[in-house]
Amino acid sequence: MATEMQPGSRMAAKHTGGSGGPPPWVRRVLLDNGALSALVVMVVLMAILSGDFFSTQNLLNVGVQAAVTAILAFGVTFVIVSGGIDLSVGSVAAFSAITLGWLATEGVPTFLAVVLALAAGMACGFVNGMLIAYGKLPPFVATLAMLSIARGLALVVSQGSPILLPDSISWLGQTLGEWLPVPVIVMVVIGVVTAVVLQRTYSGRVMYAIGGNEEAARLSGIRVKRQKLVIYTLAGLFAAVAGIVLASRLASAQPQAASGYELDAIAAVVIGGASLAGGVGKASGTLIGALILAVLRNGLNLLDVSAFWQQVVIGAVIALAVLLDTLRRRT
Amino acid sequence: MLRTEQIGKVFPGVVALDGVDFDLCQGEVHVLLGENGAGKSTLIKVLSGVHQPDSGRVLHRGSPVRIGGAEDAERLGIATIHQEFNLVPELSIAENIFLGRQPRRFGFVDRKRMERDAAPLLQRVGVQAGPETPVRELGIAGRQMVEIAKALSLDAKVLIMDEPTAVLTASEVDRLFAIVRRLRNEGVGIVFITHHLEEIPALGDRVTVLRDGRSVGQVPASTHHDELVRLMVGRSIEQQYPRQTSGDASRGKPLLRVAGLSRGGVFHDVGFEVHAGEVVGVAGLVGAGRTEVARAVFGVDRYEAGTVEVDGRRLPGFDVTAAMAAGLGLVPEDRKGQGLLPEGSVADNLGLVTLRNASRGGWVDRSGQRAAAGEMANRLAVRMAGLDQQARTLSGGNQQKVVIGKWLLAETRVLILDEPTRGVDVGAKVEIYQLVNELTAQGHAVLMISSDLPEVLGMSDRVLVMSQGRIAGELSAEDATQDAVMALAVGTSAPGQGTTTEDFPHGH
Repeated sequence: MATEMQPGSRMAAKHTGGSGGPPPWVRRVLLDNGALSALVVMVVLMAILSGDFFSTQNLLNVGVQAAVTAILAFGVTFVIVSGGIDLSVGSVAAFSAITLGWLATEGVPTFLAVVLALAAGMACGFVNGMLIAYGKLPPFVATLAMLSIARGLALVVSQGSPILLPDSISWLGQTLGEWLPVPVIVMVVIGVVTAVVLQRTYSGRVMYAIGGNEEAARLSGIRVKRQKLVIYTLAGLFAAVAGIVLASRLASAQPQAASGYELDAIAAVVIGGASLAGGVGKASGTLIGALILAVLRNGLNLLDVSAFWQQVVIGAVIALAVLLDTLRRRT
Repeated sequence: MLRTEQIGKVFPGVVALDGVDFDLCQGEVHVLLGENGAGKSTLIKVLSGVHQPDSGRVLHRGSPVRIGGAEDAERLGIATIHQEFNLVPELSIAENIFLGRQPRRFGFVDRKRMERDAAPLLQRVGVQAGPETPVRELGIAGRQMVEIAKALSLDAKVLIMDEPTAVLTASEVDRLFAIVRRLRNEGVGIVFITHHLEEIPALGDRVTVLRDGRSVGQVPASTHHDELVRLMVGRSIEQQYPRQTSGDASRGKPLLRVAGLSRGGVFHDVGFEVHAGEVVGVAGLVGAGRTEVARAVFGVDRYEAGTVEVDGRRLPGFDVTAAMAAGLGLVPEDRKGQGLLPEGSVADNLGLVTLRNASRGGWVDRSGQRAAAGEMANRLAVRMAGLDQQARTLSGGNQQKVVIGKWLLAETRVLILDEPTRGVDVGAKVEIYQLVNELTAQGHAVLMISSDLPEVLGMSDRVLVMSQGRIAGELSAEDATQDAVMALAVGTSAPGQGTTTEDFPHGH
């Protein structure tokens, strides 16, 4: 298990600083972290191949593109560290966004609408947790059911069509002071929250214990069922945040938004070094995983690679990243 | 037949083997002895191709060989029976024996031929069950025999057995010994690892003692126990069981009182008391219900009738947290499966029980937790590279110290130890016994379940004997002899023959 963790923002700062003439500590950090080195290699490669890549504007773009996946993935990190899986986060994100749009157009004050949208996401996560902890459903099955239910509810509430968001909400998708995108800020804040939860809180430490050995955790007096409720509810909450950020960027809540994002989120967590067997994983790793996916998509777009080939490349990179990490750990 | 010369192996932070010489002749049982962490496991992993030595060489019939993997070992006729069996429980005995090499006919598995081929092998190892029986229906001893049959089917000339007797009952051990002797007479060379010194003269020919990655001596199997222990730990252990019996005078008030505890088909009307400052041993055959009672008392499993009181207050059933709050603690028998976070660090493992108390409003006092873990690791003399070392990379004895340590940090008043020294070396055993003494001297109480009779007798102030889910009797330390305990454990009212108690894997 990881013992020290860097808040996401510091990690992100390290790789941009390390591209020329790496001092020894940079080398050590890179060697210790396969995903981070992959990200650095990719950024350097893209910067060489495309003149447009390494501009502040484009890098912030990458950040915006990574934000929704990263926020979803932070929630999924809790679940995966505790040895579970959550397939429903994409649908829950859409459902929360639709809830927000619907409430806002019904005249509910913005602040209250946001709170209720977050509550909707938490409710979905809570139901996941109940099914898993008390209904004894395997997480895969319970969250697969929720994937369908939440998506269906999003379609029911919206009657299948997008809901325009008022300006009082869609600023969340815009920039602060002309250049700093709000989604990037939200991503960094949520990332720091994730790191702090995992490292410093009771629930966070318990996630590692449950994922590492559920029976040992139970025999050590940890109320495993209750904690699983907390874990899946947190994942639902983070999914709601991601859904709101996504809808704000598009200035409209769409019932089909974030389809398939749960797989990107899981990929980001796994690329970041977490084990699907549980007990291992870090917030910084997840951030790096999400950035790798975003850098790839952005870079391949700039290089005019067809969208079809992009999928092939991204799949290959997911396999390669995890393969390298496995090899590094074995030696 | 097989010889190693100056084998060295270094893992990050640890020199596991440091120039080990070892040899095995045809038709001999060579016992490998050493404390946990002495390098036994690493040595047999080198011989079975799991690890590559960093220095030195392995000779097979006089010529140097490289054992790069399981295939190479198989080609050389080296078979290893690990403590954790490599069997697929849902498949039949025959399929397990021929796994990956099933005889085929027209591309399909030839089930008939497979079962026909398996039958004589099973006969050789004394397994009664038919070759079509699923392995999950076998007990631990049966599974072990299937592993041996598998080795025989590969025409193994060298058989490496890693602590095969640790999980067996006395009668099963006798059967295993009979088979091992027969194999020896057939010319198989056997490397036998054990922690039970009394097994050595009964079975072995030669003994190699490892300590701290070096071979410190090669002696005949008839060597006296004390000498073997001295070689293993590098000092003589004055007292193997350092129990300072408190006697009735210093016996305190009852801390744990169990009455009428029952669960249909598992245990019936179990009642006992454990007083402050006392060690109560629980003896009995495997499957007598000891582990089940311990788990029920601690609130892990449900019970249907009866009461559990700690210090006069009745506990709700099936509530581990309440049991812990009352001051109970349980060190489970299955260390890896139920006690340890293998991926977690030593610090994480030690802090597991105290995690809740070290949290204020959901925030964990990490530096306090770490400091406490550091102190406890010191007090327990856990041999580790540091508090951040992953628990799975510790040796068995040190893992057990960590699992016990997390309860000591929680100021547990009644500690239930289930097989606390299984798979633990002599040196660490004594350290664990001393911990038990410290606990009782501080007025805490210990309930110790153990299948190791000398241990129960040596360490307990009173001995409870369980048989077939009931308390068959209670013996004071003076009255508790091996014979008295066994007589109660075997039980005269047992259905069928008392001595052939059916064994089954227990606890979970």
